[in-house]
Amino acid sequence: MSPDKRRWNEPHRLVLLAIAVGIVLFAAYNMRWDWLPRYSGRLVEGVGTTLWLLFLTSVLGFLLAVPLGLAQAAGPVWLSAPARAFCTVIRGTPLLLQLWLLYYGLGSLFAYWPEIRQSWAWPYLRSAWPYGVLALTISFAGYEGEVMRGAFAGVPKGELEAGRAYGMSPLTVFRRIWLPRAIHRALPTLAGETVLQLKATPLVATITVVDVYAIISRVRQDTYLTYEPLLLLALIYMMLTGVLVLAFRWLEARVPVKGG
Amino acid sequence: MFDWIAGLAAWELLALEPPGWGGVLLKGLAVSLQVAVGGYLLGFLIGVGGATGKLYGGPILRDILDVYTTLVRAVPELVLILLLYYAGTDALNQIMILFGAERVDISGLAAGIFVIGVVQGAYQTEVLRGAFKAVPHGETEAARAYGMSPLQVLRRITLPGMLPHAVPGLSNLWLIATKDTALLAVVGVAELTLVTRQAGGTTKSYFLFFCAAGLLYLMVTLLSNVVIRRIERYARRGMPTVR
Repeated sequence: MSPDKRRWNEPHRLVLLAIAVGIVLFAAYNMRWDWLPRYSGRLVEGVGTTLWLLFLTSVLGFLLAVPLGLAQAAGPVWLSAPARAFCTVIRGTPLLLQLWLLYYGLGSLFAYWPEIRQSWAWPYLRSAWPYGVLALTISFAGYEGEVMRGAFAGVPKGELEAGRAYGMSPLTVFRRIWLPRAIHRALPTLAGETVLQLKATPLVATITVVDVYAIISRVRQDTYLTYEPLLLLALIYMMLTGVLVLAFRWLEARVPVKGG
Repeated sequence: MFDWIAGLAAWELLALEPPGWGGVLLKGLAVSLQVAVGGYLLGFLIGVGGATGKLYGGPILRDILDVYTTLVRAVPELVLILLLYYAGTDALNQIMILFGAERVDISGLAAGIFVIGVVQGAYQTEVLRGAFKAVPHGETEAARAYGMSPLQVLRRITLPGMLPHAVPGLSNLWLIATKDTALLAVVGVAELTLVTRQAGGTTKSYFLFFCAAGLLYLMVTLLSNVVIRRIERYARRGMPTVR
């Protein structure tokens, strides 16, 4: 994005702003919003589920992405080839398909297994939540693993050699220099990936996980309204995206860019 | 358990003729590809217009385009597809009624192309705008100084100059477009992912069918990658190799 030097209170912007306010007021008065108080509690819970899903799958996915990237950047063939294949398959097929493959495909396998049906894990395996978390996690790992591969490969050799020259063991070099520098290099893409991950979370509603999208679908079924719930949903996601972008900008400002 | 493994290896379900579902899957793939190609081209038209507007348009047009690209990129594709699908078909019917025509049933295919096109348009606007800006000013000025008409400048300098900067972003968006078509399953367009679930639901061999569909998608991606690499080599001819 180019730095925008224009100010918000130029005349044409004030007009556009007025039009925007007008559209919002028109929508507020002429559309039906009486369902909102009845569902507000559940909506907040849904937003919470979405954010928890986002946080959990991003963290787990990133933890998975580090070995995936390392294997591709520096691993032997028997490690790097499967890691590359994994990333290619995940990035080459739609997330919705992966999700349904896990939920319907894997779910139906477990149902045939009497030992699993009687075990303590069955209530969990029968619900949709683990499949949603698993699908979103491997998706994030697939995309971010590719980023981490580039980040690991891009750390200057001299820094690693300097570490070894100081007598650090390979593990210490990795822990003190290679990993932090790679994460540092991958940080700018992390914001974009996390926003993409947020925008992928509503897919889990198709396998009956109750996130904010599922609540809105419920509203649409109950009230037969088409636009109002969807517009509110779009607004909620816009705000979440905005908060995420601001949070990452704050985080990036705290990390020194030029070597400290 | 044994039923499940038998279902996994029930290759005859993938036969092309009616007892098998292979033909249905391939027809779904054809729909997916049509939507992807149509949506991508529509997005390209929007992108070219949007990039031109953002670079050379007046302040109002630029602000409106900013709102468009920001909104589309901040809202999940799934939500946009639902909104645009209903709003698009509704608006078209309103217009038809306004002109005294009958309500029309809009085919899922056309609606899908429209939806994917609008989403792609926002992303392609940004990619093309960046590529346009990457062409050095001096080159276009030199061309104009040699007396080339604006169209000649576009054909000889701007387009070849921006191509290497546009190809990586545009090819990435093509791959995203092929995968975004799967989201149309949610509004009932009979594309590959939806027919796969129907096939799985009827035969209970979910795993087999989803793997088969995954392979089809993967083949589309890998074939696209081969073509993209060729285009990239062509676009970057005469330039120093990075990477």
